[in-house]
Amino acid sequence: MLARDVLTGTHFTQGDFACAEGAIAAGCRFFAGYPITPATEVAERMARRLPEVGGVYLQMEDEIGSVAAMIGASYGGVKSMTATSGPGFSLMQENIGLAAMTETPIVIVDVMRGGPSTGQPTKTGQQDVMQAKWGSHGDYEIIALAPSSVQETFDLTVRAFNLAEKYRVPVFVMLDEIVGHMRERLIIPSPDRIEIVNRKKPTVPPGQYNPFQPDEDLVPPMATFGEGYRFYATGLTHDETGHPQTDSAEEQSKLVRRLCDKIRVNRDSIVQVKKLLLEDADVCVVAYGSVARSAMAAVTRARQRGVKAGFLGLTTLWPFPDKEIEAIADKVDRIVVAEMNYGQIVREVERRFDYRRITFASKLGEDPQTPDEILNYIVRERK
Amino acid sequence: MEAARKPLSPKGNLKILEVDICTIPERCKGCGVCIELCPKDVLDYDPKLNVHGAHPPIVVNKENCVGCGLCEEVCPDLAIFQKKKEEGKC
Amino acid sequence: MIQETHPLERFTRKGMIPHIWCAGCGNGVILSELLRALVELKIDLNKVAVVSGIGCIGRISGYVNLDGFHTTHGRAIAFAVGLKAARPDIKVIVVSGDGDLFAIGGNHFIHAARRNIDMTVICSNNFNYGMTGGQAGPTTMPDNRTTTTPYGNIEHPFNLVHLAAGSGAVYVARWTTAHVRRIRESIKTALTKKGFTFVEIISPCPEQYGRRNRMGEPIDQFNWLREKSVVQHFSDPVKAEVGPNKVVVGEFVDIEKPEYTESLRRQMMTVQGTLEKEGRLTSAPL
Repeated sequence: MLARDVLTGTHFTQGDFACAEGAIAAGCRFFAGYPITPATEVAERMARRLPEVGGVYLQMEDEIGSVAAMIGASYGGVKSMTATSGPGFSLMQENIGLAAMTETPIVIVDVMRGGPSTGQPTKTGQQDVMQAKWGSHGDYEIIALAPSSVQETFDLTVRAFNLAEKYRVPVFVMLDEIVGHMRERLIIPSPDRIEIVNRKKPTVPPGQYNPFQPDEDLVPPMATFGEGYRFYATGLTHDETGHPQTDSAEEQSKLVRRLCDKIRVNRDSIVQVKKLLLEDADVCVVAYGSVARSAMAAVTRARQRGVKAGFLGLTTLWPFPDKEIEAIADKVDRIVVAEMNYGQIVREVERRFDYRRITFASKLGEDPQTPDEILNYIVRERK
Repeated sequence: MEAARKPLSPKGNLKILEVDICTIPERCKGCGVCIELCPKDVLDYDPKLNVHGAHPPIVVNKENCVGCGLCEEVCPDLAIFQKKKEEGKC
Repeated sequence: MIQETHPLERFTRKGMIPHIWCAGCGNGVILSELLRALVELKIDLNKVAVVSGIGCIGRISGYVNLDGFHTTHGRAIAFAVGLKAARPDIKVIVVSGDGDLFAIGGNHFIHAARRNIDMTVICSNNFNYGMTGGQAGPTTMPDNRTTTTPYGNIEHPFNLVHLAAGSGAVYVARWTTAHVRRIRESIKTALTKKGFTFVEIISPCPEQYGRRNRMGEPIDQFNWLREKSVVQHFSDPVKAEVGPNKVVVGEFVDIEKPEYTESLRRQMMTVQGTLEKEGRLTSAPL
């Protein structure tokens, strides 16, 4: 008998645990990881729960091996996940590129902490968000989600698996240490109310299957090892049959463009944002993760003072919600970008909005910006 | 190899496998191991060059071949193999 | 002679042969013997996966007509561990080179051996990094020249048999590409034995290592391996040296040990059994 993989009910728990439960509810049955503060609790929860639901917890010797093992399990047809923080995230980058190149659905959770390097292991930060997009070498596109609450962590982890399966791409869940370790109410719905998406399987028999021949949505159906398809995947530039094409400029162009376009052309189905009081806002606060909590409170306080502030929460970090920024660009005077780093997402906002009208509310260290700190940024530079 | 030794069975009981030696010349890269290794000197270098610029093997002493299969087993290029005579000619 | 089909033809991927390996490269022998071993064992070829890393031998997963994956440098074993743990029904074979498995990939090798996870690792040891032009690696012999040891190698090479035995592999063998039939038999033993099995195959690299160290033509290197190898079954792995005057070959380890995926499944059944007995849905309510 399998234990219930969806622990339906109302719970009070930490973000890391919610992440693990979201993964199991989404069908994840393989976790390969390495302990790292503040993500260790995800691994510990998975080590406890996966054997109950018939899954495999594998503690690899390092983060590099963790991603390689995940790609192996995913090619074996099993939904896979790992959880890490900054230093481990850096180690994973080469194989993240391999996953992007071989179009492997995997979910990587980065519970961000103070960096760079060993930094402040037990303190929060949001310094890895650019790395999620650009971390590995070469041109590729990925999806990154940023929950702000324990509930959102559960929901977005489920969504991460669905997106990974749908687009055959690595998907990142960018928690920060505050969201990972804080305890809040979590409502897990019944299984029939959780949407699960599985990868497209080939509709042709083995002799006719080309592993990297895309459908109209630019995503190829994915066969599984051990089912008679006897197919080949490589990190080398390849054609639709999977065979290496290391000399052809045409194949390189075709492949790289498709790997990026499959996300770019589908971005409207991928990008999600939170909007609060934006309809008539003069100044918009853009934030994500734990900072979003303070930002929402700040906007409410600003309104109480008669300032027409609004909030745009980036629940999706990549592909970047550029259209959503553009949509408010004509309506607001200023944008305040609040993040716990020294300038990452603000640069993306600057690409879509006049940089002279952007206020950057940076904070580094133990705690996110408080609502009052953000409120100061909102009211301080009013014309 | 110190492990190599003379066979124990007397000559009279040895069965000779009747085979043809088939080659795929365009695959051969000319390492020469099949020619050097053949215990009965059945093969030699083809004076003509193949597409790789190598001299592939040709059968020069067909009657000596005992069907040991070493040429097929030692070839790294899948370029030479033996075919049992009752299966038809190469 | 008219065109014919090589007996191993149907086990190779269409259009991928002839392979990229040089004249006299031992990798071709490893490819052929691996295929012959699989055929002789009558294994269900739909349930075999060949995983390789970066290097000349790494191209092998593209040449065999089986499920195959070509990983990043050094990570073939890590990929294979994930695949095997998730799909114990698949027979996983890792074929890679000395640098890929023991330099950048060394950590994954020793841990997979330690875990005794059921897979076979075949190492094509040609004493250098051939694909990138012949640089020194962890098995380069002392004093030998490579492009990155132009004055001679001052480092000590790994004894791979000793390393594998010490890490916990349950079957360890070393042969050379001159021992074609012994390679095949060892691969067959390694594939049928449950647990982490390792076969090292000393392989000539005529173009890079061989040329720089004046080892002669492919046939000369073949003869070196034939004449200087000594079969010493189950001798002390520590003393299993590889050198210009002596190459110790044979089977060195053949032991029994609980295998990882079996232990994992057993534990899973116990955990689930306990929950069922106690009528609980999870051992860790939130």
